[in-house]
This record gives sequence, structure tokens and C-alpha cells, in this order.
Amino acid sequence: MTDTYTRLVSKGVGRDVAKKLGLPQPALLRRYEPGQPLVNGPLLVVGSSTGADALATDLLAWDLDVRRHAVPREKLGGIVLVLDELEKPSDLEEPVLRAAPSLRDLAPNGRVVTVSREPGGTPAAAAARQGVDGLLRSLAKELRAGATGNGILLADGVGATAPGALGALRFFLSARSAFVDGQFVRVGSSDGKLPDDVDTPLAGKVAVVTGAARGIGAAIARTLHRDGATVVAVDIPAAGDHLAEVANEVRGTALQLDITRDNAGARIIDHAVGRHGRLDIVVHNAGITRDKLLVNMDHSRWSSVIDVNIAAQLRINDALLASEHFRSSPRIVSVASTSGIAGNRGQTNYAASKGGVMGMVRATAPLLARHGGSVNAVAPGFIETEMTARMPFAMREIARRLNSLQQGGRPQDVAEAIAFLASDAAGGISGEVLRVCGQNMVGA
Amino acid sequence: MSIDGQSVNGPEEPAVSRAASSAQAVRRAVVVGGNRIPFARTGGAYTKSSNQDMLTAALDGLIARFGLQDERIGEVAAGAVLKHSRDFNLTREAVLGSALSAETPAYDLQQACATGLETVLGLANKIKLGQIESAIAGGVDSASDAPIAVSEGLREILLDLSRAKSLPQRLQILARLRPKDLAPDAPNTGEPRTGLSMGEHQALTTAQWKITREAQDELAYNSHRNLAAAYDAGFFDDLLTPYRGLTRDSNLRADTSLDKLASLKPVFGRNLGSEATMTAGNSTPLTDGASTVLLASEEWADQHDLPKLATILDGEAAAVDFVHGKDGLLMAPALAVPRLLARNGLTLDDIDYFEIHEAFAGTVLSTLAAWEDEEFGRTRLGLEGAFGKVDRSRLNVNGSSLAAGHPFAATGGRIVASLAKMLHEKGAADGRPALGLVSICAAGGQGVVALLEAH
Repeated sequence: MTDTYTRLVSKGVGRDVAKKLGLPQPALLRRYEPGQPLVNGPLLVVGSSTGADALATDLLAWDLDVRRHAVPREKLGGIVLVLDELEKPSDLEEPVLRAAPSLRDLAPNGRVVTVSREPGGTPAAAAARQGVDGLLRSLAKELRAGATGNGILLADGVGATAPGALGALRFFLSARSAFVDGQFVRVGSSDGKLPDDVDTPLAGKVAVVTGAARGIGAAIARTLHRDGATVVAVDIPAAGDHLAEVANEVRGTALQLDITRDNAGARIIDHAVGRHGRLDIVVHNAGITRDKLLVNMDHSRWSSVIDVNIAAQLRINDALLASEHFRSSPRIVSVASTSGIAGNRGQTNYAASKGGVMGMVRATAPLLARHGGSVNAVAPGFIETEMTARMPFAMREIARRLNSLQQGGRPQDVAEAIAFLASDAAGGISGEVLRVCGQNMVGA
Repeated sequence: MSIDGQSVNGPEEPAVSRAASSAQAVRRAVVVGGNRIPFARTGGAYTKSSNQDMLTAALDGLIARFGLQDERIGEVAAGAVLKHSRDFNLTREAVLGSALSAETPAYDLQQACATGLETVLGLANKIKLGQIESAIAGGVDSASDAPIAVSEGLREILLDLSRAKSLPQRLQILARLRPKDLAPDAPNTGEPRTGLSMGEHQALTTAQWKITREAQDELAYNSHRNLAAAYDAGFFDDLLTPYRGLTRDSNLRADTSLDKLASLKPVFGRNLGSEATMTAGNSTPLTDGASTVLLASEEWADQHDLPKLATILDGEAAAVDFVHGKDGLLMAPALAVPRLLARNGLTLDDIDYFEIHEAFAGTVLSTLAAWEDEEFGRTRLGLEGAFGKVDRSRLNVNGSSLAAGHPFAATGGRIVASLAKMLHEKGAADGRPALGLVSICAAGGQGVVALLEAH
């Protein structure tokens, strides 16, 4: 749900007052609904490389209104800044300053997406490429009215129109990425396949979601189902009543299972393959918090968090990697946390486990690559859930506003990022961590 | 027509009659799985839940477990023992409130505590005959939300009033009203023909078979211990869905001891002359809850990629003349089981798991004692001697009603789903599929028993 303050200052007297007092003015973010236009207006593609031309051609095929030159005062749905042939820092100026005036014409909830290469090459090329990082993150902080800025990093040898690049571009342009801001996605290979139907990119897939009884897990189950997947909803037996509601809502099956049991991986595989004939996607969402300052930490708080949040994922992954049923472009997506990146007071155990998740996906990526598989993590920032609703008022208000979008995200925002990484289009993206945090100011 | 023993398949005339061909269609009915909500002691977690609420919750958990959303099930049958008159279509209403297809037919059934098991047997028979491919059997009961009727006097006055045509007539009828007519008529578990409660009836039987207090307490202790161990082992993870904050049966006392059970005061049979032995610990408390069992033909289960845990082989009902004291009120299963096993060419020794419903510890022990008694075998069962002995290590191994509680109509579904899972896990025994026996006693001197085989 949109928080009360955001609703209050989004129109009428509230908006005027907030503006006069210089208070934060969070925008009402546009969220994805099947069938809606990809962007709110024409798309400006800036850049003179062959990659830029190819990309513009592909975007035309998406039935978009593509501009290669800005028309002054025409509202734009998005700007794609193609910088894939930078050789030295001074190469940045021409395309960047050419795109700059158009920022004024960006419609509410507009999109800016950079397409560039990951740092490497000569020192001058590396400097130029790394420069895009600082540029994009700063630009994202300048955007207003729900507009976001994100970047696609191409590995050497990967073209601007590789499936992973086009998949990431569609995700960033669309309302699916509403709460993703100031982030880069690295496309490491040309693997992956664009969907036949962009409204059901997961059609025919069988997906397992752990921790699916409520909150972010329930949103993931709903989103994967909406995108066409058959969902196996997993949660601890004690959460079985909520789990059954979710499973019935998404027309899937409920599997009451404690993921820390030794045979959890086998149970998951048996259920998915036995009931639904296959297993394509596993979303490790189940997680717990047992917050305490480290000085007061005890064995049970520490070990339970580590066991549920990362050790269980590692055991299940071992079973998946050993299974002949998880070899057809399989996808693993894990839920990490910005706490695991920036740290959070009182969460040493939780942050250690979530940092662990990020280490795990990086090291697991090569193991899945031989089956055309990928494994990634999504790191949510402040998300409006039952858990964060229990935070003290002042802390909650601060946590909410400390990002470029000046509001908390929704469980659906995390789920959208997971659905993207679980799709065939994301095949070239593996071992990565995508933050869904509205460009949280804390911890970069 | 058949002329010389060979059938002639002429196009205009079938070789066999329709009756014969449908008899040939007898096939297996299998248990796919089950779901129940935890059972709650009356006045506890489900005080505000109606039978329809609980049955719908149990159904929705089953639907979620097996992916039956929008599925048109062949038929759903369930029932309740304590039932409001407004719930005349209880099961159909629960189906309409569930995630099943609204085109799923349903009917209510009522056979006291045997209700749940009888729904299983009736639906299994329909599947065996090819009338339906899938079915959900179930039962529910709430002693918390029990119907309360107005007194007979008030009821007559209200009915007369509805027929009255004028104001003077109405006033005349109302003038008949007396204060005692306003006292409500609460339900009780007393037998209409004897006026004795079920507990007092069982106390007579318990004394007749000389069942000791220690033996009853030990059975109760084992029930709690076995049920707690089953929960700890995760046995109920795919048999139960939490409800209203309960994740386990609220009557379960994992920490009970023989000493604690021995310290309880007797509540039944205190006026029999002999020592009273039946306490609240070795008798089942009033309980609220619901259970469901998914049944199917093998073909349907295969088509839906669903497991086949056990086959419903056979069932038998019996009744005893408890009114004239020939047998104890709850002793009908003692007659039904020998008939069932004889028909199937089996003895007690062939059974791998016994599920004998623990209405009272004394009920189970009286039944076992009768089977071991030579005279009972000769005079009541027509055998040459005693019927046989139940291997106690095979009896109620995952706990039963003394620990779980007993929401009357829900007990059959609880037992059938658990037993089917146990049989499936055991698989084979002595080179043949494992066998399980269900025995449930019921008010009115009735009993229904069933035979299941591992699939």
C-alpha cells in the first residue's frame, strides 16, 4: 500500500503545502499491469554506435514510438543512452549533453537507461566505462516524479541487442522496475531467449517459492503466476493456513515444509516433478530475523538465522545441482537484503546471512552455467510489509524517505525483479545482485 | 447371446447384460491424501467457528495441497453429528465456499461418530462402480457451536401461533406459555432409549470386561506419547493445515505421565458398586474440528499426477442390542471386524496397523478383551474359540482420539488419511501389501469398520 504521507502530498492542498515547506514529495509510482503500454510516451535513443542503431531497430519492433533525435517540448516516456563504444572519458560528453535537455521533457514515471560496457580494456577505456557508474547514479538522484535511472553493463563480446540486454532494457523501461533506481545489471553472456508473449514470459514454467505464505513471498507467488508459471508455494507447516490461501489464489499447490530439514531439496524436487512434471525456477525467499546487538547475541538467534537464510539454501541448491530434473535452463533467484550490503545496526546475524546469499550466487553461477542456468539475488531495501509496519514510527518514516523515490517499496516490486531474473530473457545474467531499494542513500 | 458358453458379440444385442457389465467395472478406489485442521478442545480456539467454517477450511487446505482449484470433483460427502437445522446442505455450502468448481455436487450424511468413515466407504463404492472418478469424504463437528433448541412446549406454542388466524386466537395461544417453556433444550450425548450418557454406558462395559484403571491410563499415555512423536517427526506436515492459530491438536499433552493420569478422579461409573476407573484422562474430551480425504480411481489419480497411498478394500457395519444389555453400547466393532476379516480371508495376525478409535480407553480395551475371550468367540461370533489377539505394537501407533480429541464426524477422515499414509510408507509386509484396519464405534450401538491396503 502507498503510505499515508505519499498519498497526502501527491495532490491538492497537501502537494502545495509540501512544496512550500520543502518537504519530501514522493510520487505515486506506476506499477505493472498486464497489457499496459511499456512506457508513457515516445522513447529517445541517444548514441551513434552500431549498437545504438541496432537497439533502436529492435525497439521499433516492440511497437514503440522511437526517436533518434529529440523533439523539443515533446513529453518522453524514456531515454536510452547507448554508450557501448566509449574509449576515453571525453567520449562521454557528446551523447550525455545531447540527452541532457530532454530530461526536462521526461514524463512522470519516465525512464532513463544507460547501455554501456563493464569496466575493462585500456586505462582510458576503463575510466570512461567506470565513469558511467558515477554518472548514472547521480542522474538517478536528480530525477523526479517517479522517474528512475538504471544501467545495463555489457561484458566484452556481448552485443547491445543480446537477449539479456533486451530483457533488462524491457524490465527497466517497464513499470515492473518501479522501485529499482540507480542500479546496474551486468549481462555476462549472450545466453537467454526473449519470450514469445511479453505478457506471459514464464508460460509453461514450474516455479517453487519458499516462504510463500505471506508478505514478499506471497507477492512473488502471485507475480510468477501472473507471468504464466505454475507455482509450488512452500512454507513451514505452522504457516500452512496462509500458505493454502496463497496456493489456492494462484491455482498452484501448497507444500508444507521446513526448508531446514535435511531432505528439503529432495522433497521440493519430488513435489514439483511428481505433481507438475518439471522444475524450472526456485526462488529462495524464506527468511527470518532475530535482531539483537552483537554484544547481546546468543547461539539460538545466530544459528537459526544462518540456518534458515543461507545454510538451507545451500543444501537445497546441492540437491538441485545434483538433480537431472533441474537441467533445462534452470533459474535460481535468492532474496538478499540491503542490510547484507550496507549493514544494519542490530542485524549482524541477518546481514551475515544475506551477505552469504550474495557470495553464494556468485560462486554458484558457474556451476549452473553448463545447463544454461542462472542464479541471482535480489536485495530489497525498505519494503512495506507486516514486518516493517511493526517498526517504531520515527524509524519507519526515516527508513522510508531515505531513498531517491522517498518512499518504501511494495512486495510486488521485489517480486517483479525476481520474475524478470527467473525468465528466459535473463539467461545472460548470472551471479548478480539486483537491488530493489529506490536507490537507498545508505550504503551506496 | 450366449449359446454354448461362448459369447456372441452381435451388434444389435450385447453379449452380457448391463448389470453384468457394470459389475465387471468394479475397480479400485484409492486414497490420494487427506487434510484436516488441528482439533481443538471445546470452548478453545474454534469457539467462534461454525461447522461450515471448519469444513470449508479443511477443504481449502486439501485443495491447496493437491492443486484442485476449479476442479469438478465427482462428489463430496461429509456430515456433522451436532448439526443446526439451518445446515441442511452443510457440505454443498462448504463446497460453494471453497476453491473447488461450483459444479461439484455434494451431500450430507449422518451416522453418529461413524459419519466420517461411512462417507469414505460410500464414496469409495461409487468410485469402484465407475459412477464417479474422484471424491472428497469428510466430517466436521463443533461442540462449542452446538445447536440449542427451544423446549418442546415453546416449540408447540410457536408452531400453533404461526397457524393462528386472529388476534384473540394468538393471545389465547400465548397464554399457554409457562416459565419452564423458556428453558432451552441443549444437546447431550445421552442415549434416547436408556437415558444414560455414553460415558456411563462405557463404564458398564468397562466393568463387565474387568478393564483396570492402570490399563486405561497406559493406553491414554501411549496415545499422547505416540501423537506427540508423530508431530515431532513431521508426520502431519502433509496431513494437516493450521487453523485459527492452532498448529497442533490442543488436547495433546506431550508432557503427560502415568503418574499424572493416575492422579485424576473418576468421572464415569461412580454408582456401579465396583471401583470407578474412567477419568477425564482416559476418556475423550468434547472437541471441535474437521477432516477431509481425497479419494479417486487409479486412472484419475494418474491423470492428475497425484499419489495413490492406499486402496479402500472393504467395509462393514454392525449394530448391537445395547438397550436390553446384550452387548455394551460401543461394542458393535467387536462384531463387525470378525465379519469383515472373515469375508476377506484374513485374521488379526494379517493386519499391520490397527486404528481403533479411542472413544474411551475402556472401549478399545473392552473390544480387545472380547476378541481374546473364548466365550465371546463362541457365543457372539460363532467361532470355535477366541477371535484373536491384537499385537499392541501395531495399535494406534501415531496416537488416536484420546490425545488428538474427537470431533465426532471428523474422526473417520483423520484416521483414514493417517492410516493410508502409514500403509504407503510401510509399503510391503511379508511379501504382500501392508494391511490396515479401521474401527469406529458410534452412538446407538453402532460400529463401522474398514480395511485398507497399501498401494
